[in-house]
Amino acid sequence: MDGKNIKLRLGKSYGFQWLIYILAFACLLPLLAILFYIVRAGITKINWHFLVNIPKPVGESGGGIANALVGSIIIILSASVIAVPIGIMAGVYLSENRRSKLAYWVRLCTDILQGVPSIVVGIVAYFWLVRPWDLGPIHHKGGFSALSGSAALAMMMLPIIIRSTEETLKLLPDSLKEAALALGMPFHRVIFKVIVPVGISGILSGVMLSIARITGETAPLLFTAFGNPYLSVNIGKPMQSLPLLIFNYATSPYTDWLNLAWGASLVLLLWVLFLNIFTKVITRKWKVQL
Amino acid sequence: MITRSELPLRVINSSPEAVAKAKARARRSFRQIRTENVFKRTLMIAGLLMIVLVLGICLTLAWQSRLSISALGPKYLWSKVWDPVQDIYGAWPFLLGTLLTSFLALIISIPFSISIAIFLGEYHPKGWLPNFLKNAVELIAAVPSVIYGFWGLAVLVPIVRSFESSIGVQPVGVGIFSSSLILAVMIIPYAASLGRSMISLVPSHLKEAAYGLGATRWEVIRSVVLPYTKSGLFAGILLSLGRALGETMAVTMVIGNTSLIPKSIFAPGNTMASVIANEFTEADKPVYLSALIELGLVLFLVTVVINLIGKKIIDRFTND
Amino acid sequence: MESTIIKSRNFNASFGTNHVVKNVNIDIPRNHIIAVMGPSGCGKTTYLRCINRMHELIPGASSEGEMKLNEEDVYQMHPIFVRLKIGMVFQRPNPFPNLSIYDNVIAGYKLNGIKLPKAERDEIVERSLTKVALWKEVKDSLNKKGSFLSGGQQQRLCIARTVAMEPEVILFDEPTSALDPISTSTVEELFTELKANYTLIIVTHNMQQAARVSDKTAFFFLGELVEYDETKTMFTNPKDQRTQNYITGRFS
Repeated sequence: MDGKNIKLRLGKSYGFQWLIYILAFACLLPLLAILFYIVRAGITKINWHFLVNIPKPVGESGGGIANALVGSIIIILSASVIAVPIGIMAGVYLSENRRSKLAYWVRLCTDILQGVPSIVVGIVAYFWLVRPWDLGPIHHKGGFSALSGSAALAMMMLPIIIRSTEETLKLLPDSLKEAALALGMPFHRVIFKVIVPVGISGILSGVMLSIARITGETAPLLFTAFGNPYLSVNIGKPMQSLPLLIFNYATSPYTDWLNLAWGASLVLLLWVLFLNIFTKVITRKWKVQL
Repeated sequence: MITRSELPLRVINSSPEAVAKAKARARRSFRQIRTENVFKRTLMIAGLLMIVLVLGICLTLAWQSRLSISALGPKYLWSKVWDPVQDIYGAWPFLLGTLLTSFLALIISIPFSISIAIFLGEYHPKGWLPNFLKNAVELIAAVPSVIYGFWGLAVLVPIVRSFESSIGVQPVGVGIFSSSLILAVMIIPYAASLGRSMISLVPSHLKEAAYGLGATRWEVIRSVVLPYTKSGLFAGILLSLGRALGETMAVTMVIGNTSLIPKSIFAPGNTMASVIANEFTEADKPVYLSALIELGLVLFLVTVVINLIGKKIIDRFTND
Repeated sequence: MESTIIKSRNFNASFGTNHVVKNVNIDIPRNHIIAVMGPSGCGKTTYLRCINRMHELIPGASSEGEMKLNEEDVYQMHPIFVRLKIGMVFQRPNPFPNLSIYDNVIAGYKLNGIKLPKAERDEIVERSLTKVALWKEVKDSLNKKGSFLSGGQQQRLCIARTVAMEPEVILFDEPTSALDPISTSTVEELFTELKANYTLIIVTHNMQQAARVSDKTAFFFLGELVEYDETKTMFTNPKDQRTQNYITGRFS
């Protein structure tokens, strides 16, 4: 073991360390490039007019993304209304039934659902909720609705909510449940008045994460909500959403539409960023010290 | 089975008000017992819904592809020509496109993902710098895929186009190469975050044993940490692969959308997900639609299997 | 009112195929303090948890035999009713971390949706906290959460919470084993005062504690009730050789 050999090994160690540092931070370059470009391209397009008007037909300049903004909000809210109660209850079910055979299959299916590609969710939602209402002679011409889009998005939200609810509740000490039961509390009160309030921060962060996830999703909406050039609040009819608008207008050759797409991209990006930061803040604030 | 007694709570004095109150409590308790049973049943139904959904997805995909499965048979999957106008269906261009983009993206992203994992798990688990990196990586995963696609179309494709003309290839810009690049960036966070948690699980006494023998930092990583987390890192890579296979929007916008078999990685192509996204609403013949759904079925099966294998590896690793 | 409040006849309990409580026959008199002692794994905690039907919450757990409260079989009643009449204090103090001290004491009412007028609530809180000698210490911080209380104070808070429900029997599962000696003695002082209104059954690992506080003692060994007698007799003149061995420290 001579000095030169050790120097060589140390050199290699430092060399690899620097390589790893560089590679690790290198991935920030494309991220920064994207953020920078979107901000630069979009910031000039956003103004009050942009936010409250619907897109104009090709050839006319101006217009805005109001229909997509309203549509996104409605679709996301509807999806949450479907997914949050079911997800939390399924999560509670799994945390209360660690070993049962049925719970094993439920857990397995939740994992499977999490890995389903978003376009497949869209296909399935199409056949369940759009096709039955598509009664014309040439199919694909009708039956699209915001509700079917919300259902598709809800399917994507469920695994995230269920997982985080189960994990949060599993971490709570058994003594909490026992203290409540020993006071003669029925099971549903133990869950709603004791267990869920103490674990609310983890459950809520799962809900917020799932919302942040579906805010930017396009593929499930392609053949469900389908998009709408007009502002609509009817969940039984096609509706525009922010990611759909971006997709449609970004792949078009018209400069006006491209401009709309840039502005919309910035709005979407800010929205997603805000949701992520909000989640972190709320989670920390509502955490109950055990 | 309810008690004969009507007064479940002890009454301190036997005044009429106290007795009435105790009776009211008894009634409330009976109501609560009934609610409790309904509640437990509802929880179970919520859980069962997951099973119903998954079965529903499998059945719907299988049922809707029955036409093309029976009409085209298994050779659909390796037939090379896709020409719906002439009723010729062959899925090979899309399978190839999916495989090429996903594996290329994986290869490009692995060095970065693993480096992030090692940096956060081994070199710098705590501090403001790693926190910053962790948040940035989470941000990469949070950016919606349409935005990646749009940026790719507007910024990356022209760059690739001039690169292509400089090396003498047809300067299309869009194609397998561009999609793989974007995809690579998008899937970095998955292997990175899983890898980081696996690496942080390495017991310190193993590392200390190596240090005690005079090993350098890198030697400890190479000979103790990486072998220990081998299966965990592999699971992270599988998860990234699963994500890449299913990615639709960014790829659709940048891959060129042609049904021809790509002659090189710089040529345009199509993936299973992107052809479904593009042609689903155009499919006017039942067999056409069914053929697309069959692609969806294949995509579903492959991604589900890969994800489950990845999760199984992680479960086994964390339970040891 | 009869003088026996809890009666067990041929009572058995198991975890799956593991038979941990074997044929227990015991009469527990009203307004007495009964200590239940024995070496680890002898079934004393399992037996205790069968009295208020907490045992059956564990998957695979089962029991059979007679367990009567005031001549009514506890296993013929709904568990909720049982637990309203038989309260329990656990080994680790477990006040609800998201509730204030005030809300913790009336948790049994509030979380069950029983609405009481404020005057009555205040009265219950004051009465219960006084009974556990905690009122003077916390009466100015009733709205704070209980996390700043010491271990002994938290345990007394849990006793107050149980007492607020006015049960007939209070079960204690090694109530002072997680507490320091001073807190332990403050909790032990409570036992004698609580005896006037409640019947106390205390599982303890600590022989000296059993000798100090209880009127009668039950000794469990390997799942069986080996001996049950006046505490004084049990410790000075035990009838069974196994009891004698335990008391003299041959095993613990």
